[in-house]
Amino acid sequence: MSAAEIFTPIAPRTAPEKMTGTVAWIRRNLFADWVSSIATLAILGLFAYVIPGIVEWGLIHAVWKPDNDACREAAGVGACWGMIAEKYRLIIFGRYPFDQQWRPLIATLLMVALLVASCTRPLWSKWLIVAWVAVLAAFFILMKGGLFGLSPVETSRWGGLPLTMMLSTLGIACAFPLAILVALGRRSHLPAIRSLCIVYVELIRGVPLISVLFMASFMFPLFMPQGTQVDVLLRVFVGITVFAAAYLAEVVRGGLQAIPKGQVEAAASLGLSYWQTQRKIVLPQALRLVVPSIMNSFISTFKDTSLVTIVSLYDLTGALALALGGDANWRQFYLEGYFFIAAIYWIGCFAMSRYSLWIERQLNVSNTR
Amino acid sequence: MAEKLAPKKRDWSWRSQAFRGIVYQIIAIGLLGFAVWWLATNTLENMRIRGIQSGFGFLLQPAGFDIGETIIAFDSSNPYWKAFLVGLTNTLRVAIIGIFFTTILGTVIGIGRLSKNFLLRGVCTWYVELFRNIPVLIQLLMWYFILTTLLPPVSEALHLGPGMYVSKSGMSFPIPEWDFGHALVAAGTVVGLVVSWFYRRWAHAQFERTGIARATFWPSVAMIVGFALIGWLVGGAPTALEMPEKTEMNVSGGGAVTPEFLAVVIGLTIYTAAFVAEIVRSGIQSVAWGQSEAASALGLSRGQQLKLVLLPQALRVIIPPMTNQYLNLTKNSSLAVAIGYPDLVSISNTTLNQTGRAVECIAIIMAVYLTLSLTTAALMNWYNSRAAIKER
Repeated sequence: MSAAEIFTPIAPRTAPEKMTGTVAWIRRNLFADWVSSIATLAILGLFAYVIPGIVEWGLIHAVWKPDNDACREAAGVGACWGMIAEKYRLIIFGRYPFDQQWRPLIATLLMVALLVASCTRPLWSKWLIVAWVAVLAAFFILMKGGLFGLSPVETSRWGGLPLTMMLSTLGIACAFPLAILVALGRRSHLPAIRSLCIVYVELIRGVPLISVLFMASFMFPLFMPQGTQVDVLLRVFVGITVFAAAYLAEVVRGGLQAIPKGQVEAAASLGLSYWQTQRKIVLPQALRLVVPSIMNSFISTFKDTSLVTIVSLYDLTGALALALGGDANWRQFYLEGYFFIAAIYWIGCFAMSRYSLWIERQLNVSNTR
Repeated sequence: MAEKLAPKKRDWSWRSQAFRGIVYQIIAIGLLGFAVWWLATNTLENMRIRGIQSGFGFLLQPAGFDIGETIIAFDSSNPYWKAFLVGLTNTLRVAIIGIFFTTILGTVIGIGRLSKNFLLRGVCTWYVELFRNIPVLIQLLMWYFILTTLLPPVSEALHLGPGMYVSKSGMSFPIPEWDFGHALVAAGTVVGLVVSWFYRRWAHAQFERTGIARATFWPSVAMIVGFALIGWLVGGAPTALEMPEKTEMNVSGGGAVTPEFLAVVIGLTIYTAAFVAEIVRSGIQSVAWGQSEAASALGLSRGQQLKLVLLPQALRVIIPPMTNQYLNLTKNSSLAVAIGYPDLVSISNTTLNQTGRAVECIAIIMAVYLTLSLTTAALMNWYNSRAAIKER
């Protein structure tokens, strides 16, 4: 048997399919198999069905000028973005005196600038704390007035975006130290303190925020000694802080649990006290681990502040109802208003979630190769 | 023999950690006790001055308000406790239906986010990014506005399919006309469940003894459906459906849900599904690649891989946060108060405004939600202890 008889050449393999270029990309990403093809066609069909309607309603037939007659004529066919042009100051600033609205505007811008600065890594220094104190003081002076020749504005007239910003930023800022204490308390060796912290966290996490707000709004006045008046804004603020702290405490506790015991033991052998150990050794490591979860808590609190409208504060949602509910001419254009405030919330939350992803990568640099 | 230990001397100095601990705890309890005492005396004093009565006796008085939508019969002469019961059933109804649809929608979108199809992945990703970043209250209000003002009035109700109408006043759909046969169907289903449970146990025991694996999933399905079908046939195969009738002015008959209910269910489902999708996605991604490769190297079929290797590991990651989302959905259903769906919080709010019993009403809300949460947490702990990786 010669080698030639055994060796039978097989047909050469065909050239591999083209893997680059538009056609190959479409084939791989849109029509890989029949399930994928059906999904692609279904989605394209849905787009073809829905998008023209949305574009016609939102852009082509939309009314952009604050012209009530034109809006009413276009109702049902085109959006009335003119409503926002007409009412945006009422929606964004609530019942704040109209001629004084530059004050909440500057206060809000200062707050946003402070938040952006706090998120910028090169600016992380002791000066940031000074900036926080200064900006918060400026915020309250601008909003409340009564100083430097600003006319006083009582808190019941605060509303809209400044209120939302204040409740969420200050709420988290005050909840954070409380949360750290509670998280440490929950891991304490002292049974009384540990059970107190457990009861607090589980109690608050077990009930909806709205019941905490009801408590702040209806029950708080009963708790105070006769004759004491506590501002409703402050009561609601305390409610939000107490609520956010319980969730944040669980986040912090997650970080604390991830720190190996050796760290604490090493600190003890160096002679550090309990508080020195926590402040210098445990917390810096633990908090770094949970930065993304802390950002998530911040996002939830930002969204949760919309609930204060149920206890009659005029945050963005409440201010929208204020702007449209009392005005029969514009009342039918609620949907555009909801889109407007939803867009404000969405931009805020989306930016924060992107920042959270970025900071997670930044802080993990030492763990990645 | 017994070595005499030196009597343990208690160190009563400030240097002793144990002593400091006791002092701190006494201070903490003392402060708490003082706060409770102070709040309680203030509250009692305030209530005395304002003439507010306390106690839960008011629950037995007639409520005096009507509830728009109830599962159990209710009218305004019924006592308050029954109103609260109606509120609780309404909350649970929204929660159960919402959880059902959320699970389905969330799972589909979560899997879609991992699809190789570019369009599908993009749509699912943007769904999550869009809906989880808008407060749920605004979404509920938006759906309520759409359902109550943008839909046609009931006289021009949209016809969705046979017997399905939707309009400003809600949605109507056909329901089976009650027949004794339906009870037999239910009985058949129960029998099927019991028989399939025994079959699975037997199949497992056989597998342990002989090593021959028997199919369990499809036979179980066949048994449950089969027994239900037998029940249906024995009951005379009732097929009558009560169809909603559309007249000039009205849609009547059949099953119907109010726009408030629809808005709460749609809003909560769409919002929570975005979170569920993320949980499902991360759960699937948490299973290492090597697991499915190793499973196919062992010769397991795709179905066996899923059932025996991938799902048990993914579910361990998915289920705890998933129950959290279910609880969140239940707690968020309290926002129904903003659009007038008569859930527990809404009923409590009405009662509070009528009777002024703020403490009692809020205590009832908190107690109910706490019970739900703690029960779920207890079940979760039990599941976790079962599902946790058994290590030596």
